[in-house]
Amino acid sequence: MNICVCVKQIPDPTVTPSLDPNTSNLVRAGKLVLDDSDTFGVEMALQLVDAAGGGEVTLVSMAPNSEVSGIRTGLAMGAAKGILVSDPELAGSDALSTAKVLAAAIKTTEFDLVITATESTDGYTGTTPVQIAELLGLPSVSFAKKVEIVDGALKVERQTEAGFDEVTSPLPALVTVTAGVVEPRYPSFKGIMSAKSKPVTTLTVADLGLSGQVGGANSGQQVVSVRKAEARQAGTIIEDSDDAIGQLVGYLEQLKVI
Amino acid sequence: MSLGKIWVLAEFADAKPTTATLELLTAANTFADKVEAFAWGEGVVNYAGVLGDYGVSKLYDIGSLAGSLPGPKVAAAMAEAISSDSAPDAIFFATSYDGRDSAARLSARLSVGVITNVVNLVANGSELNAEHAIFGGEMILTSKFAAAAPQIFVIRAKSFAPEAKEAANCEVVSASVSDLGSTDGAKIVSSHVEERSGPKLDEAPVVVSGGRGLGQPDRYQLVEELASLLNGAPGASRAIVDAGWVPYSYQVGQTGKTVKPNLYIAVGISGATQHMVGMKGSKNIVAINKDKEAPIFQVCDFGIVGDASKIVPKLIEAIKAR
Repeated sequence: MNICVCVKQIPDPTVTPSLDPNTSNLVRAGKLVLDDSDTFGVEMALQLVDAAGGGEVTLVSMAPNSEVSGIRTGLAMGAAKGILVSDPELAGSDALSTAKVLAAAIKTTEFDLVITATESTDGYTGTTPVQIAELLGLPSVSFAKKVEIVDGALKVERQTEAGFDEVTSPLPALVTVTAGVVEPRYPSFKGIMSAKSKPVTTLTVADLGLSGQVGGANSGQQVVSVRKAEARQAGTIIEDSDDAIGQLVGYLEQLKVI
Repeated sequence: MSLGKIWVLAEFADAKPTTATLELLTAANTFADKVEAFAWGEGVVNYAGVLGDYGVSKLYDIGSLAGSLPGPKVAAAMAEAISSDSAPDAIFFATSYDGRDSAARLSARLSVGVITNVVNLVANGSELNAEHAIFGGEMILTSKFAAAAPQIFVIRAKSFAPEAKEAANCEVVSASVSDLGSTDGAKIVSSHVEERSGPKLDEAPVVVSGGRGLGQPDRYQLVEELASLLNGAPGASRAIVDAGWVPYSYQVGQTGKTVKPNLYIAVGISGATQHMVGMKGSKNIVAINKDKEAPIFQVCDFGIVGDASKIVPKLIEAIKAR
């Protein structure tokens, strides 16, 4: 069982984000980290490969620069190798461009299953995974809360409005996993040390034969403007006390909810 | 009207259009002379009446999916109608599980972009400018497509208020899809309904959400009890969903549900941008958090600085004692 996991290296989410004043692209200049959402997919892949008794997990990522620290985190968790598509041409890519690049990168390796998060924490378009599936001609199951391989087929519990559907699909396939599908492991010291020597292949847009087809210059979208949203009026903030509960009850009464 | 024709993917639950579908149809009517819809299911022909009330003049019947997940067939039906009939100026999808899948498949098939997480649309000639809330709703970014049709938008719930039009006649045409091969391999074996008492999270007039500040998973019961006392629905921050305290369906925020209740109570939630974008539109906001610097206090109407696990029991008691 060989599994590709798409991972995204994002600006540290604890740092206040900003936009480039010229391009309105999200500034990705600082240190990049592995998107927390992706740790669930990496863990799921490691467990499925373990259960299958063989195979390996490959991380696939793209970035406008050669940043690999996020990929190293995934390798430290136990993935065998990484593929990074790194090219200045990729700056300002939209979701479809990203999907074209990742799909082409995935095709350079052998896989039975592609796993991604449902969406990234920074861009959160949520369309890239299924665009990848369509480009690769794969079936896809999004919003998985449980994933198993049974008799060589994918078996998934897929989140729905009402509860969940049990969905099966032949392999190869693509699945997007929600948080809580598995508990991601923390990289061990040994894992962190061995991650440093694991192979990460770096490819350019030209290597994938996609020159002139992807990236910001070929993105179908333009930013028109960015403005400050209307701010909410500041409210009443009080410290906890017996009186505070009384005031809150009064506030709820005023709203007629009690 | 600025646009000629808009298509809407109409989703149904228990033979009724979802609220998000009605919102999209209402929006489509304000921008286009002609609104047409696509729907799947066993008896799509029966949906013509209600869709006609919302200004739909033509309904493409994709037919029974025979167990397939909707995405591949919806995208194929739309792509087929574009090549054999005429392309619409824009296509609207809801930010739902199947809406996102369908939009993504269609975008890749047609090799045209898709604009997601739209919270408002503004017409500018024959183009639609889409507004997105970014950085937790602090900024509004407006974007548009560089090239012409079809402009594909995935629109967040509650961005438009649904409003019926004068009833119109809705013609039903078949849009059945031939064998799609491998992309259509995923099949639903069985459906499970998870019982939840009380109002639905995205429709409840009161929402009480819990976060990390509760301290430990069993204290989420306090959130559920308070929600039930206020005839509301319990929700959650992403942090406790990721930690496995409650299922994903409880999540409010960027990656979860958008709620706009009359009253939103945030219990032990700091107000990460990820959360704010899903609840900032609430009419009244109450926050309980022990960190007085927490961003949630910047958007709340009434806040108490203190330990949520101590304050909520006292609040429950005080409400019960009334």
